[in-house]
Amino acid sequence: MTEFTEGESIGDAMERREDLELITGHGDYLDDLKRPGMLYASFVRSEYAHARIEDIDTEAAEAHEDVVAVFTHEDVEAAGVPGDIPQIYRVPNLTETEHLLFARERVRYQGKPVAVVVAEDRYTAHHAVDLVDVNYERLETVTDPVEAANEDAPTLHEERPDNVAFTWGTGDEEGVEEAFEAADRTFSFEYENQRIVPNALEPRGALAEYDPYDEQLTVHTPSQQPFLHKTMMADVLDHPERKIRVQAPNIGGGFGSKSMVYPDEVATAFCAMQLHQPVKWIETRGEAFQADEHGRGQYVEAEAAVDEDGQMTGLRVRSTADMGGELGSKGCLAPSTTFGLLLSGQYEIPAIRFDSTAVYTNRTPTGVYRGVGRAEAICTLERLVDHIARELDVDPAEYRRNHLVEPDQFPYETGLGSTYDSGDYEKALDKALDMADYEELRERQAELREEDRYLGIGISCFIESGGLAPSSLSEMFGMGLPDAAVKSSYWESSTIRVHGSGEVTAYVGTASPGTGVETTHSQIVADKLGIDVDDVSLYEGTDTDKVPDGTGSVGSRSAPVGGGAIKHSIDKVVQKATEIAAHHLEASPEDVEFEDGEFFVSGAPGRSMSLQAIATESQVATELPEDMEPGLEATSYYDPENFTWAFGTHVVVVEVDGETGEVDLVDYIGVDDCGVQINPQVVEGQIQGGIAQGIGQALFEGAVYDDNGNLLTGAFQDYTVPKTTLMPDLTLDSTETPSPHNPLGVKGVAESGTIGATPAVANAVVDALEPFGVENVEMPMTDKRVWHAIRDAEEGS
Amino acid sequence: MARHDITLTVNGKEQSLTVDSETLLVHALREELDYTGPKVGCQSTMCGACTVQLDGDPVKSCTLFAVQADGREVTTVEGLGDQDNLHPLQESFRAEHGLQCGYCTPGMLMTADGLLEENPDPDREEIREALEGNICRCTGYENIVNAVESAAAKGEGGSDD
Ligand code: FES
Ligand code: FES
Repeated sequence: MTEFTEGESIGDAMERREDLELITGHGDYLDDLKRPGMLYASFVRSEYAHARIEDIDTEAAEAHEDVVAVFTHEDVEAAGVPGDIPQIYRVPNLTETEHLLFARERVRYQGKPVAVVVAEDRYTAHHAVDLVDVNYERLETVTDPVEAANEDAPTLHEERPDNVAFTWGTGDEEGVEEAFEAADRTFSFEYENQRIVPNALEPRGALAEYDPYDEQLTVHTPSQQPFLHKTMMADVLDHPERKIRVQAPNIGGGFGSKSMVYPDEVATAFCAMQLHQPVKWIETRGEAFQADEHGRGQYVEAEAAVDEDGQMTGLRVRSTADMGGELGSKGCLAPSTTFGLLLSGQYEIPAIRFDSTAVYTNRTPTGVYRGVGRAEAICTLERLVDHIARELDVDPAEYRRNHLVEPDQFPYETGLGSTYDSGDYEKALDKALDMADYEELRERQAELREEDRYLGIGISCFIESGGLAPSSLSEMFGMGLPDAAVKSSYWESSTIRVHGSGEVTAYVGTASPGTGVETTHSQIVADKLGIDVDDVSLYEGTDTDKVPDGTGSVGSRSAPVGGGAIKHSIDKVVQKATEIAAHHLEASPEDVEFEDGEFFVSGAPGRSMSLQAIATESQVATELPEDMEPGLEATSYYDPENFTWAFGTHVVVVEVDGETGEVDLVDYIGVDDCGVQINPQVVEGQIQGGIAQGIGQALFEGAVYDDNGNLLTGAFQDYTVPKTTLMPDLTLDSTETPSPHNPLGVKGVAESGTIGATPAVANAVVDALEPFGVENVEMPMTDKRVWHAIRDAEEGS
Repeated sequence: MARHDITLTVNGKEQSLTVDSETLLVHALREELDYTGPKVGCQSTMCGACTVQLDGDPVKSCTLFAVQADGREVTTVEGLGDQDNLHPLQESFRAEHGLQCGYCTPGMLMTADGLLEENPDPDREEIREALEGNICRCTGYENIVNAVESAAAKGEGGSDD
C-alpha cells in the first residue's frame, strides 16, 4: 500500500487561480473570439423527426447579398471527404449506421443539420436560414424505444431493419438463474430513467480557420477532449492530423456534453476549408435543446432474488436504451459498460446479470452526460433496494447495511468485470445517518403522519467509477478493433519542466470545462516539488499544439488520472535532480533525500542543495554527472491499473403535500469519500453542482416529445433546470479512504453528486407516499405526477 | 434595415455607435464595443448570463434592443471592479467558490449587486429569490448564495456609484 504524505498544497482549500479573470469578465469563451474577415454560420435543421428530403433549394439564400455560401451533403460529397462521424466506442455486434455532417436524403430526428448558411454577419446568417427551402416527405415516426423494437415499427436505418443498434450484456447468467430458482421471494421494479438535456450554460460552437498555403486547420471549440476532436476531424474531413490544431478557450460547462464530436462542429471546419476564411458558428439555446446529445433515456426492468433472511442473492437488470435517430459519436457507452460495471453498487450480491438493447428512435441522439451509465445503474439499484426493503418491511438503512461490502474485502471483485479499489461504506453510511439524525427523523415521520403530513426520507449509497482508465478498457470499448476509426485510449500524459530559475511549467492532457483543474493540478506540482504554488504555470490539453499529448476531461478523470500523470513526471524530475545533487554533494544518489524543495544527504541535513540550484545547474550544464543530458524536464504517460471508486451516502428529507402533490425539499445531507482531496473546496463545489443535477432529474427535468417526434421541451420556458429557489441548502461532509493504486491516493468525484442525488430524492418522495400505497412515481416527480400517483392509488384502493 | 446612431454610457464612458434596429443590447456591447463580460446563454430572458445594469437596475441585455438603451447608462461586469480593485461581491465569489466555469458569473454579479443596492441585508431566501432568473448549471447555487450573503455581511455590497 502506498503511503500518502501531504505537503503544504495538497489538502489546502486555496482560492482558484482561474477565478480572477472570470469574475472580472476577462475570460475568453468561444463567442468572445473574433478574427479578421470572420464569417458567420447558421444551420438549417430538420423541422421533422422523420422525413425523406425531396429537394433542397438554396438559390434564394445564395442570392442574398450578404450570404457567402450555402453547403449541403452534396457539397461534402463533391469535396470527396467522408463527412461521416464514426463511433468512438465500438461494441462487438454493432452495425455502424450513418452519422453525417448533413442529412443525406433522409432525416431521423428534429434538429439534424440539413444545410449551413455562411454569411457576412450573425444576423444575416440566422435570417437566411429561412430562405433555404427544404421539401420533405414526412415518414411515420417512432419515439418510444420499446415500440421501436417491435416488428411493425418503421425502420430508421435500412442496415438495421429491426431498429436495434446493438445489444450488450455482462455478468453471470447461470448464477442468476440459479439464484432465482432458489429464491425465497423475488421482487421487480420498472421505471424510466428519463432523457435529460445537458444545457451547459455556454452553448456549443466552433470558430474554424484554414490556411490554404500550409494546409493548416485550426478549430477553436469548447471541447473537453481536444485531442479526440483532432483525431476525429482528421478522419471525417480526410485531412492530415498533424495539420489540425484544436484549441478550447475557457469552457462554459460541459458535463460530458462537450466531449462528443458533433456534425455541426465539424461542418463549421468544413466551411472554413472550403471558403479559406475564418467561420464562426455559435449554437442558440433552441439548437442546444435539439442538437446537444441528451443524457440517460433508458427503460429499465430490475428483478432481485432474495433468500429467507431477506438477503439479495441475485440481480437481473434489463435496459432498453433510447439511442435517438442516429448513433452519436459516443452512443455506445451508456447502455453498455458504464451501466453494467456498476450494478453491484456498494453491495455484496453473489450473482448479477445485465442485458441491454440499444434502439433507434426518432429523437435526438443520446450521448454521455454527467454520470453517464453509472447514474442509471445506481439509480436502478438504489430504488430497487428501497422497494425490497419496503416490501419486506425492513428499515431501508438497515437493509443496505446488511449487504455492504466490508472494508477488509477490498480489492473487491464484483463479478461484472469491475474491481473496487478501497472503501469503508459503513462509515460513510453511519456518518450520514448521524448527521441526518435518522432515528429521530423516522419518529418524526410517524408523528407527522398522524397529522396527515407526509415526510419522506430517502437514502442512496452509491459508488462512482471515476478516473476513466485504464487503457485496457479501450479493448472493452472496442477502440482497438482493427476497423475502429478512432485509435484512442485512456492514459494521460504530462510534462514537467523546471526552469533554470526554479519555477515550473507543467503540461497535462486534461481539458477541464471550468472545474478548477488548473488550480488543483498546480497544487499537486507545488506540493510534490516543495515549491510555492505561485511559481507554477499549468497548461491543460486545451490546445493540441501547446501540450504534447492527452486524452482530456471526461469520466471524473482530471484529478486521478491527470494528477497521476503529473506525479509520474515529477518522480522522474526528482530522480534526475537527485543524481545531480549526489554528484555535487559527493554522495551516492541512494543517500540523497528530497524534502520541501531541498535535496540533502541523509543524516547530514547541512549538506544540501535546493531544487532551484539544481535547476540552474541543469541549465548551465557545465558540471553535470558524466553522460547526463542538460535540462530538468520529464514527460510521462500514466496508465492507471483501474478506475478509482469514490463512494458515499446521501440522505434526503422531503415533505409532500397530500392535497397538491407539491414536493418540498426539507433537508439534504451528503457524505462523500473521494480519498485524498487536493482542494476540499473544489471537491465540495463539484459535489454541490452534481447534487443540483441529480435533484433536477428526480424532480423537474425531462425531455418530452410528442408522437410526431417534436421536442415539446425545447426552451428554458418549458424545461425546468434547477434554479436558486428550487435548491435546498446542503449539509455535506466527507470521509477519506485513499485509493491504494493512485499515486496521489485520490479518486474522481466530479459526478458523485449527480449519481447519489437522483435515487436519494426519488426514494424520499416514494417513502413520503407510503401511506397512500404508492410504489413508484415516474421521474421527473413533478407535483402533477405526484398528485396523480396519490389519486390513482386512492382510487385503486 | 434602418440604422441608428446611438450613445451609450458604458461603465462611465460615453460611446457612440451605429446599430441596426434589431441589434440586441448584448450584441452591441459584446461585438461593437468589446465588453465581452455579459454572456449569451439563451437569448430569451431565462438564464441571466447577459445581465447588465441599465441606469442602475439589473436587466437582461439579450432581449433589449440596443436602441432602447440610447442615451442611458449601462454597467457591465467590467465596470464592477477590475483585478486591482475588486468589488466586494467579486471578492466573495472568489473566496466562497461561488463559480466554476464562470459563464453565469457576470450575470450573477450584476443581479446580486442590484439586490444589495436595494436591500443591503438580505436573508438567504431573499438572495435565492433575487437570483431566481440566473441559471447556473455548475455550482448548485449554495456557494453563490454564501458569496452574496458574505458580501452583504461586509456591509458594502452595493456599488457606490
Ligand atoms: S442570454 Fe439573456 S437571459 Fe439568457
Ligand atoms: S459556474 Fe458554470 S454556469 Fe455557473
